[in-house]
Amino acid sequence: MTNTTNKFKLSRRKLLTSAAAAGAGAAVFSGATPYSFVKGAYAADFRNDPGSQSFVKLGFNVPQTGAYADEGADELRAFQLAVKHLNGEGDGGMLNTLKPSSLKGNGILGKKVEYVTGDTQTKSDAARASAKRMIEKEGVTMFSGGSSSGVAIAVQSLAQEMGIIFMCGLTHSNDTTGKDRRRYGFRHFFNAYQSGAALGPVLKDEMGTERRAYHLTADYTWGWSQEESIKNTTEGLGWETVNTVKTPVGAGDFSQYITPVLNSGADVLILNHYGKDMVNSLTQAVQFGLRDKQVNGKNFEIIVPLFSRLMAQGAGENIKGILGSTNWNWTLQDAGSQAFVKSFGQEYGFPPSQAAHTCYVQTLLYANACEMAGTFYPPEVIKALEDFEFDGMGNGPTLYRGEDHQCFKDVLVVRGNANPSTQFDLLEIVQQVPRSQVEYDASIFGGELGPYEV
Amino acid sequence: MITATPRKDLILMAIFTIAVLTMPIWLAPIGASYPDLLQRFAIFGIFAIGFNILFGLTGYLSFGHAAFLGVGSYTAVWSFKLLSMSVVPAIIFGVITSGLFAVVIGYISLRRSGIYFSILTLAFAQMSYNLAYSVLTPITNGETGLQLALDDPRSLDNLVGVAATEGIPPTNFFGIEMSGYSGFYFCAVLMIIGFYISMRIFRSPFGMMLKAVKSNSNRMSYTGLNMRPYTLTAFVISGMYAGLAGSLMAVTDPLAGAERMQWTASGEVVLMTILGGVGTLIGPVIGAGVIKYFENIFSAINENVLQGIFSFLPEFLQDGVVAVLGLFVGEGWHLTLGLLFMLIVIFLPGGLVEGFSRIIDRIKNRSKNGEADPVGSAKVQPGE
Amino acid sequence: MDAFVLQILNGLDKGGSYALIALGLTLIFGTLGVVNFAHGALFMLGAFCAVTLKKILTISKQVKDENITFFDAYKEVPYLELWWGETGTTIIDFAVPLSILLAIPVMLLVGLAMERGLIRFFYKRTHAEQILVTFGLAIVLQEIVKAFFGANPVPMPPPELLTGSADVGSFLGLGDSVIYPWWRLAYLVFAGIIIAAVFCFLRFTTFGMVVRAGMQDRETVGLLGINIERRFTIVFGIAAVVSGLAGVMYTPIVPPDYHLGMDFLVLSFVVVVVGGMGSLGGAVTAGFLLGILQSFASMNEVKEILPGIDQIIIFLVAVVILLVRPRGLMGRKGVMES
Repeated sequence: MTNTTNKFKLSRRKLLTSAAAAGAGAAVFSGATPYSFVKGAYAADFRNDPGSQSFVKLGFNVPQTGAYADEGADELRAFQLAVKHLNGEGDGGMLNTLKPSSLKGNGILGKKVEYVTGDTQTKSDAARASAKRMIEKEGVTMFSGGSSSGVAIAVQSLAQEMGIIFMCGLTHSNDTTGKDRRRYGFRHFFNAYQSGAALGPVLKDEMGTERRAYHLTADYTWGWSQEESIKNTTEGLGWETVNTVKTPVGAGDFSQYITPVLNSGADVLILNHYGKDMVNSLTQAVQFGLRDKQVNGKNFEIIVPLFSRLMAQGAGENIKGILGSTNWNWTLQDAGSQAFVKSFGQEYGFPPSQAAHTCYVQTLLYANACEMAGTFYPPEVIKALEDFEFDGMGNGPTLYRGEDHQCFKDVLVVRGNANPSTQFDLLEIVQQVPRSQVEYDASIFGGELGPYEV
Repeated sequence: MITATPRKDLILMAIFTIAVLTMPIWLAPIGASYPDLLQRFAIFGIFAIGFNILFGLTGYLSFGHAAFLGVGSYTAVWSFKLLSMSVVPAIIFGVITSGLFAVVIGYISLRRSGIYFSILTLAFAQMSYNLAYSVLTPITNGETGLQLALDDPRSLDNLVGVAATEGIPPTNFFGIEMSGYSGFYFCAVLMIIGFYISMRIFRSPFGMMLKAVKSNSNRMSYTGLNMRPYTLTAFVISGMYAGLAGSLMAVTDPLAGAERMQWTASGEVVLMTILGGVGTLIGPVIGAGVIKYFENIFSAINENVLQGIFSFLPEFLQDGVVAVLGLFVGEGWHLTLGLLFMLIVIFLPGGLVEGFSRIIDRIKNRSKNGEADPVGSAKVQPGE
Repeated sequence: MDAFVLQILNGLDKGGSYALIALGLTLIFGTLGVVNFAHGALFMLGAFCAVTLKKILTISKQVKDENITFFDAYKEVPYLELWWGETGTTIIDFAVPLSILLAIPVMLLVGLAMERGLIRFFYKRTHAEQILVTFGLAIVLQEIVKAFFGANPVPMPPPELLTGSADVGSFLGLGDSVIYPWWRLAYLVFAGIIIAAVFCFLRFTTFGMVVRAGMQDRETVGLLGINIERRFTIVFGIAAVVSGLAGVMYTPIVPPDYHLGMDFLVLSFVVVVVGGMGSLGGAVTAGFLLGILQSFASMNEVKEILPGIDQIIIFLVAVVILLVRPRGLMGRKGVMES
């Protein structure tokens, strides 16, 4: 335990706390270095100021156990790669393609980057516990990671309370940068609204305007958020929504929800499921012969609005020909994606997933913002990230919107590859939907970022 | 079986109090001395102490105690939202609400015993979890978890005119903010009180009655006694302990999620209690500490850290050691926990406490034939 | 009407799987009296027998894709197909049913090893200790599988022959909108065969008779000079095989991952207890009952009246049954009570 990095900002509240803590247990601090108020570049001191240390610590909080452990492992690989590149080791990856870039390849602000890891277990409580360890014990200045919106939102509000920046990993719910947005939380990943907006025109081209859709939706916040977004899009195209059915999370066997689809007169099934639920429901829907069906004189279609390569792997053959959207795919040909795939591939022997991509990019963006701000002082770093326009990170010109901390960039509409040329070639890019098409007004979801200073 | 005397109890109480309050110091060398984990030790200690009052004394194995933990959390967060950021009403309401839940669930479940009782409690908890996750979202905020918001009413606070802050105000105990070390000491004091109450219950006629239920409930009923009021009281008390733990979770970190009610959470407290030693006073607290330590510290050791620890070895050895140990830490922490469960129960049937008392016995036997068992009974009677 | 028939089919199919999973557990839990929290892990191990066989059958010649330079990407052609052409493809196609042949000896060994190596020391220990040790074992087994196969589900398609759906509607004279996947029908038949086999074994063989007698009164049987221990070991082995086979056959329905066992653990306990301790018939009946009720509770018409009912129906039924019938549907007095 070190208290050297644990400095408190001078405020009435914090003084109260420290006074109370000191009063209740003077012994606590007697063994460790007494904490002191060192003047930083900005008059105010802040939590976990690296001060005069030669290094800066980042926290990577990913699911290491549970259903998303593989995704978490891939995120961790990306983080480690990002740290390497930031410290000037390896081939530099996207450090060479980020524009405009203030990164120098000598750590962040001249300090060597170190990292700590933790297990979120894809549970809000465990994720917050792990994040608190990183903040209270390890003294990280930023933490990142995660594979679910519930966790991202829970951890993001912790970030706000503690005054440590959280760069979201994979989280797709509108709420993360919508009604639950926080000043200290930033999301590079796209969201359900953008999935809908991107899929709309492609669906119109491929399936026409006279379709009857049936939704199966995971019964929790992300599922509802996606159902609503996709429903709005498809109804905008003139499709009719036959029914929306909620399914329990982790149902395993979805047969009792799939059979009613057979007689509903619907000709499109939309699966608002993610992870294991999606693998199961898709496998079973295909098994029930839905894809061989003809309804209303049209081929029955299945849509999975949020795709990932790891999920495609789990669903195997069943994914072939299924439409969906994704944040990024390793087959993209732009310089940034190529640079990232190259260094990731050479390091680990296989291509990165979209979760890895977003985590890698987030780490670089945070480092870059610190360089731009010239300090680790969170309010300044936040200001540097807000409304930052950049390119060369794989999704074309991108804006980190200041109003809600959501990134706006191109979104990919993909299809399960019918004839994969290799074991990794599971998704084929149908269209790179331009950023202008997935933009929306920040006020539509409500929510408030909260203060810079905490 | 026990040679508990008031004097010994007093010594135990004193040692326990000192040990708990000095945790930040003596846990520092093993990297567990930071506020959040210390808070968790105390909170899950309370949870396990309460669970042990039911399981340890009556032998009724509840597999649904997490429901009370969750109810306590939700109630506390709602109290923060609607009434006040003061922790006092939050804790009071949390304990009362989970107590009421315990009355209802206990009244129904205690109509059956043995495994049937376990499954009934499990069923109630799983129903609570499933509903909280989905259709009860307006109350629980589902998967995301119930959180505080800037525009919460906080009517009591407004009534007494607490100044509005820019961000969400912190939870407080008469002005002392309940995060960091102050939060830990608050929980620790409550755990010490909880421990004391549990000790009084163990030594009371009521406690003896419960132990009688455990050793032979048939005989008890032949004597014409209706045991149900006693077991129900024990059930409700332990439900209230769980509610206290739940509301303390919300106090130190104002958020409540449905997963706190999942069967795995119920299972966790069962494991904590068995690991430490069922029916012993101190065992559950130790068990809770061990499991939380593994969850938070072992899971955080990655290859990089291991490389650092073994950097004194020659390189080929270092890589080998790191590769082998890497299987047991970080993402492999579950494996270590599983092995630990097996080893403990195979070699120390009474849990960790039995291990300690064996060591103490051995030391004592070396000097003379002692038989004292300072931490209560390590012998576990068969209970179902 | 169509919807009704379909939900009956779903219910039977679910019931079949629940019954099969519960059957193994009830042999261990209901008859040997061991609270086996590693039961889900046995189910999962069975499923991974199938995964392993598929992996072995599809050991492939790897043709490097020269277009990709950053890492090695291969087009994989299984050696079986290279050597035997069509025949090879067919063998791979039948990987799941073939896995039954692998799973029987493997699971028998696992079961025997588990009983001799661990469980037998715990017959006389408290249930609390049984829970801790078997839960520990379950975690260890699970982590070992994760180390080999990762955490992602592994797709296990059924044989080509059994993909697609059977036109059950025409068969019953209901029109062609009542279709049901062949594999699920196969699963139902398979579950029926296994259940019948276990019943016959216990009912009509001398071995079964002794085991049943041992379940009633272990001591007396022992006094008669019969080595009941040995027989209980074999029962444990059989239970492991039954659970494993349930796992093998389930893989095309739910692609297996290392956590599969934990997902089924609670459910299997509920089924066994609702059926009644020590009753094989009870477990099977409870499996089908819960399966059918769950299917009907999930119908939109029902959910409109009672929102969320599909989430809790199993537990609700469990509570009601245990309150109405103190020992479950067919439980015997004195088993796991005290």
